[in-house]
Amino acid sequence: MPGAIYAEGLVKTFGDVRALDGVDLDVPEGTVLGLLGPNGAGKTTAVRVLTTLLRPDSGKAVVAGIDVLKHPNEVRRSIGLSGQFAAVDEYLTGRENLRMVGRLYQMNARAAKARADELLERFNLSDAADRTAKTYSGGMRRRLDLAAALVVSPPVMFMDEPTTGLDPRNRQQLWSIIQELVAGGTTLLLTTQYLEEADHLAHDICVVDHGRVIARGTSDQLKARTGGERVEVVVHEREQIDPARAVLAAFAKSGESPAAADSPSGAVTVEEHTRKLTVPVTGGAKLLAEVIRELDTRGVEIDDIGLRRPTLDDVFISLTGHSAEDSAAESDDPGNSKSAAKSAKSTKEARK
Amino acid sequence: MTATTEAPQSVAPRPRGGIVQSTTDSLVVARRNLIRMTRIPEVVLFGLIQPIMFVVMFSYVFGGSLQVGGTVSPDVYRNFLMAGIFAQTVTFATAGAGAGIADDMHKGLIDRFRSLPMARGAVLTGRTLADLVQTALTVVVLAIVAVLVGWRIHEGVLKALGAFALLLLLGYAFSWIGALIGLSVRTPEAATSGGLIWLFPVTFISNAFVDTSGMTAWLRHIADWNPFSATVQACRVLFGNPGVSESSAWPMEHPVLASLIWSVVIIAVFRTLAVRKYRSATA
Ligand SMILES: Nc1ncnc2c1ncn2[C@@H]1O[C@H](COP(=O)(O)OP(=O)(O)O)[C@@H](O)[C@H]1O
Ligand SMILES: [Mg+2]
Repeated sequence: MPGAIYAEGLVKTFGDVRALDGVDLDVPEGTVLGLLGPNGAGKTTAVRVLTTLLRPDSGKAVVAGIDVLKHPNEVRRSIGLSGQFAAVDEYLTGRENLRMVGRLYQMNARAAKARADELLERFNLSDAADRTAKTYSGGMRRRLDLAAALVVSPPVMFMDEPTTGLDPRNRQQLWSIIQELVAGGTTLLLTTQYLEEADHLAHDICVVDHGRVIARGTSDQLKARTGGERVEVVVHEREQIDPARAVLAAFAKSGESPAAADSPSGAVTVEEHTRKLTVPVTGGAKLLAEVIRELDTRGVEIDDIGLRRPTLDDVFISLTGHSAEDSAAESDDPGNSKSAAKSAKSTKEARK
Repeated sequence: MTATTEAPQSVAPRPRGGIVQSTTDSLVVARRNLIRMTRIPEVVLFGLIQPIMFVVMFSYVFGGSLQVGGTVSPDVYRNFLMAGIFAQTVTFATAGAGAGIADDMHKGLIDRFRSLPMARGAVLTGRTLADLVQTALTVVVLAIVAVLVGWRIHEGVLKALGAFALLLLLGYAFSWIGALIGLSVRTPEAATSGGLIWLFPVTFISNAFVDTSGMTAWLRHIADWNPFSATVQACRVLFGNPGVSESSAWPMEHPVLASLIWSVVIIAVFRTLAVRKYRSATA
């Protein structure tokens, strides 16, 4: 049985840009799918197609058991959308924004009012409820936007980069809201540029690049492919880089990279000028203690040491051999040349 | 964060559909736009100042030099002018509607609306209705100023109200053109200028400010058939103001009917186009 969100072979092109190039998704009811990818990967386009805002060129999409292309208005009753940029009316107060959305979800005035009050309370916006949204901070706007998406407690939710641009405290706060929501049984599709976020919130992750899903699996499966955690050490003096490298090489996760096969110390990356050494490991905090002890025994003095989770960049390097930023730069290019082509076309039309 | 447990999932009530839903949804959106206007009163204020400036400038600068119905009298010109100023004022609702909708697109609000189970045309209808309220307010203030500078009606209150109804209908029709412009351009700024530029030829190649009998034949022909002229002519007739065109063109001979037909046709065409555009709108 297909899940609460199901997509098959979604294709959407904008001129020469294949924003979606055959995307398949299947999100079981009550789970969270993280769509992870760099800027321009096609995440927003996927969300727009699934939330009835954009018609794909081809493919099939079913949300909450309803065909998105055939019955968009039925789908709209069952979904909540929190877009990439907080879509709140800044000249309305928080309360007015939520009441309006409730009314447009076809609730009667009384129900819309009650629900607005409830959500303001729950999202810590009661104090600011009667101020215009213009006066809200970024985090407050995001919360208001999310509240608007939850006006009917929809069974299926879409959030497009919900924490991009938020400071760590607001991000934590939003994460806990999302976790509560999911605990209540909501099916969620979430897009993000942060592996950490997908790791924290999602049951399954799809890594997208150039409109295609290039890897999928649980966060553990992806991390296993990426080499899990890394130990990062900053040594006190340059001369200690070599002995430290020897120590770290012994802890390196085997079979990590072709370089590692040649010599064990090849798995250790070194940044000379910052005296920073990095090595992929398996073993977590316990291993970290061993590394510290070993470095100490060899008399290597360290300024800093820590376990670092792999980033989106690490995932990209291990999946594609290039970093996520390169990929974003590449995908910007066709976009630009496309808009250039478009303006050339419109000048031509103007001349006629 | 208050740790209330999430309410069980619920889909939105089934839309009632049809005219009832369209009406309530449109009113909800109109209310939202009216609230916005009270929060940005400058916009309403500037909307008022502009036509008042036109009244003062036209009647005192041009008043002494333009001929209307064979006489050059500032007083006659002022009474002739008012129908034109009223009509020009209501058409400026176009720019407001366009800029507002472009702004909503830009801010992602149109996406939010489009993801809700609401009536298709309601976002645009709500906007144009709110603009109609603003236009009506402007017209009332303008009428008071007009009376102060010497404008009078001579055919009774009922006919005058009829004239104002035609004016507001024209303004409503033009705001649908603005809605289409707002959905077609990328930025609110473009919508404002795009919404204004074409209004100048439309309002000036008409009987609004000058007696068309002085125009060259082809220009006069355009002016006579200009939808805008029909409403101006109808107002002059219904207000009993001077300078009613004696042209034998059909809209000039049947100005009230012509004004109605033009406005209804504009609404039918541009509403259809705008709603279609809205459905596929991308920010
Ligand atoms: N409306 C549009 N017109 C033209 N190109 C678009 C449009 N929307 C998206 N694109 C292009 O499609 C690609 C994917 O965009 P998007 O889905 O926004 O990526 P993401 O959300 O992952 O950053 C990009 O190259 C972008 O430039
Ligand atoms: Mg995006």
